Amino acid sequence: MSAESPLVRFENIQKSYDGEILVVKNFNLDVAKGEFVTMLGPSGSGKTTCLMMLAGFEPATHGEIYLKGKPINKVPPYKRGIGMVFQNYALFPHMTVAENLAFPLEVRGMGKAEREERVKRALDMVQLGEFGGRRPMQLSGGQQQRVAVARSLVFDPDLVLMDEPLGALDKNLREQMQYEIKHLHEQLGLTVVYVTHDQTEALTMSNRIAVFENGIVQQCAPPAELYESPSNAFVANFIGENNRIMGTVTALEKGVAKVTADSGESISAKQVNVHSVGDRTTLSLRPERVTVSPAEGSVDNQFSARVEELIYHGDHIRTRFTVCGHDDFIVKVPNSAGHAALQQGNTVTIGWKMEDCLALDA
Amino acid sequence: MSTADISISQDGIPLKQKLAKTTALQRRRALLLTMPLVLFLLVSFVVPIGQMLFNSVHNDKVSAVVPNFADAILQWDGVGLPPEETFEIFVKDMIQAKKVREVGRTVGNLATRVNYEMPGSRSLFTSTARKAKKIKEGPYKEALIKLNKKWGNPQIWLTLQRAARDITPAFYVAALDLKYAEDGSIERADELYQIYLNNFMKTLWLSALITFICILLAYPVAYLLSVLPLRQSNLLMIMVLLPFWTSLLVRTTAWIAILQTEGIINDMLVFLGFISDDGRIQMIYNQTGTIIAMVHILLPFMILPLYSVMKTIPPSYMRAALSMGAKPLYAYRKVYFPQTLPGLAAGTLLVFILAIGYYITPALVGGEDGLLISNLIAYHIQKSLNWSLGAALGTILLVVVLLLYWLYNKLIGIDKLRFG
Ligand SMILES: Nc1ncnc2c1ncn2[C@@H]1O[C@H](COP(=O)(O)OP(=O)(O)OP(=O)(O)O)[C@@H](O)[C@H]1O
Ligand SMILES: [Mg+2]
Repeated sequence: MSAESPLVRFENIQKSYDGEILVVKNFNLDVAKGEFVTMLGPSGSGKTTCLMMLAGFEPATHGEIYLKGKPINKVPPYKRGIGMVFQNYALFPHMTVAENLAFPLEVRGMGKAEREERVKRALDMVQLGEFGGRRPMQLSGGQQQRVAVARSLVFDPDLVLMDEPLGALDKNLREQMQYEIKHLHEQLGLTVVYVTHDQTEALTMSNRIAVFENGIVQQCAPPAELYESPSNAFVANFIGENNRIMGTVTALEKGVAKVTADSGESISAKQVNVHSVGDRTTLSLRPERVTVSPAEGSVDNQFSARVEELIYHGDHIRTRFTVCGHDDFIVKVPNSAGHAALQQGNTVTIGWKMEDCLALDA
Repeated sequence: MSTADISISQDGIPLKQKLAKTTALQRRRALLLTMPLVLFLLVSFVVPIGQMLFNSVHNDKVSAVVPNFADAILQWDGVGLPPEETFEIFVKDMIQAKKVREVGRTVGNLATRVNYEMPGSRSLFTSTARKAKKIKEGPYKEALIKLNKKWGNPQIWLTLQRAARDITPAFYVAALDLKYAEDGSIERADELYQIYLNNFMKTLWLSALITFICILLAYPVAYLLSVLPLRQSNLLMIMVLLPFWTSLLVRTTAWIAILQTEGIINDMLVFLGFISDDGRIQMIYNQTGTIIAMVHILLPFMILPLYSVMKTIPPSYMRAALSMGAKPLYAYRKVYFPQTLPGLAAGTLLVFILAIGYYITPALVGGEDGLLISNLIAYHIQKSLNWSLGAALGTILLVVVLLLYWLYNKLIGIDKLRFG
């Protein structure tokens, strides 16, 4: 443990609902004060379950959760002081917006004047100052969402949990709300544990992302690291777009793996989690790291590829190639003067650097 | 674009007309589909209620049996005894009536009708009818009084005058435990005859009590139903609905077997030594029996609306409240309970109104003091055959229910109800 204990610590947490299947298998995570940590993963991977254990609505089957260094497995939810935004917002339909916001303050026995002051401030914070007298049903989805955020913050919790708060919103509103939540996080110095299955959302908002699969954290790292150096094939696939070439390791030396693709080409790649010669491997390659007609000596791998399809995207041209036996190899070609000549059916040379090509588990 | 452009369709017909035309067929079909129900309701609901309202103020037994006399007595000023001609008409009408065998127009019917208002006068009419043909000529007044000196009492003639009117408030007077005084004004009935008002009060009180017990029992069950996993909640639901699948009579007699003094519960208590063998508790054929059996029968009507509302309350509301620091009880009171009110309101209304009009169960297990107003109504319709009084009581019951409904609407709002 570091000198300053983390705000939240999950220690060897396991969870089973039915005594047969572990939906969370040995979950470990530290969240420092002021951090924005996102749990990202496909549906059913156990994200909500982890959040519910932290909030105190589900007991952990095994392991201990610490809040500010104190174990909280036996602390009931109403004593944890954790703010929470639910997926369906859970705004009380029989109360007005202002009453909803005043609820946590009332519970704390706060005086009427101070309550009103705080509610007003919280509503202003999410730009809904005018809407205090309305019922939640009379608000749009985005407005309801902002009320839910304001309600989770109004009592100054140390920690705020958000479970797919933007799931029900359309794309534009989503992006706007992502920005607003991020802004609040920075402005108020909040610690946020956020759940989503939208990777763009996770990448743009978080300090760190824990990628879940089948109840296991596959990798927990800052967004750039997740994207640049995924530690396994699942993470590489889940985060961002990704070309895959299957092959077998033929040599390993100083972190460089020589791989023979199933179609016979030899490719040099960065060793990530292959361990011995003869291992099956998935080579992972981001579409924007591939160069068309590379200058001599600028890349480590170079192959001839057939252009199958061109899709014009304005700033770049999405090109589908057949290369190394795969016909779904995507390259993002920058829309600069030199490459305007790319024609469907032509064969060209494409190449990439060794470091951009990761040899991951098969 | 101007408004004129908007409200006129392309072929120049106003949009409203056009819309009406295109939806006319649809509406006609909808009407046709509801027709059977409308007809059924008309025949089985509107007409009987109309009939009841009519019966409660209408009784033509006097004018049907002695029609000429009825006309004549209505002319009388009510001072002393009626004039000689009226006596003559009465005697002749009675002789005539004695020959009639048609149901509803016999002297017996007349006697019964007058007897309602003047208890003990029945035999006066039947015996007079038998002997009336001996009176061959006047003066009829003296002859009649000689036949039976009760005819010399103005009271009987005043009563006949009142009864001669086909439309009469007399049955409401009786239903409200009132009576006509000698001078024709209305006063409270004698203690002995004050049964209906007390019974109305008792019915309301018992219904309220039954409703309250139903709420106490149904609320936790409905809550359990709404939170249990599907398989368990299905099982529980079957148990809740079981009463609907067995006949009312079977259920009620089962209660008799359980509750009677020689029944299972008493046997158990005696066996366990809580009570002595001659101290067996009377739990049936009294109010207790009525309450227990009716709570059992009406419970599903409370559970189902509550359940249907609770089912729609996501657990996240309670969780949200807890996460904001509310203790479970506080969260429940402020967040969960208010959201169940529509179902509670619906269940309460349903059970209370059903209880007010319940008939078969109190009749079977209610004994004497467990009888409700509907049992008295049934008595008048089936046994005493005083349909008019039964109808008057029924109408009062209807008015009470409507009043409650109105009050309820004022307090809670009918639009807030949710039955499922
Ligand atoms: N109350 C419960 N009882 C039994 N099993 C449950 C319960 N809640 C969740 N599960 C199971 O636990 C697993 C993880 O569920 P969880 O809700 O944590 O997933 P999630 O990652 O939040 O998914 P999503 O993105 O769809 O919300 C799932 O397989 C789910 O079926
Ligand atoms: Mg979830």
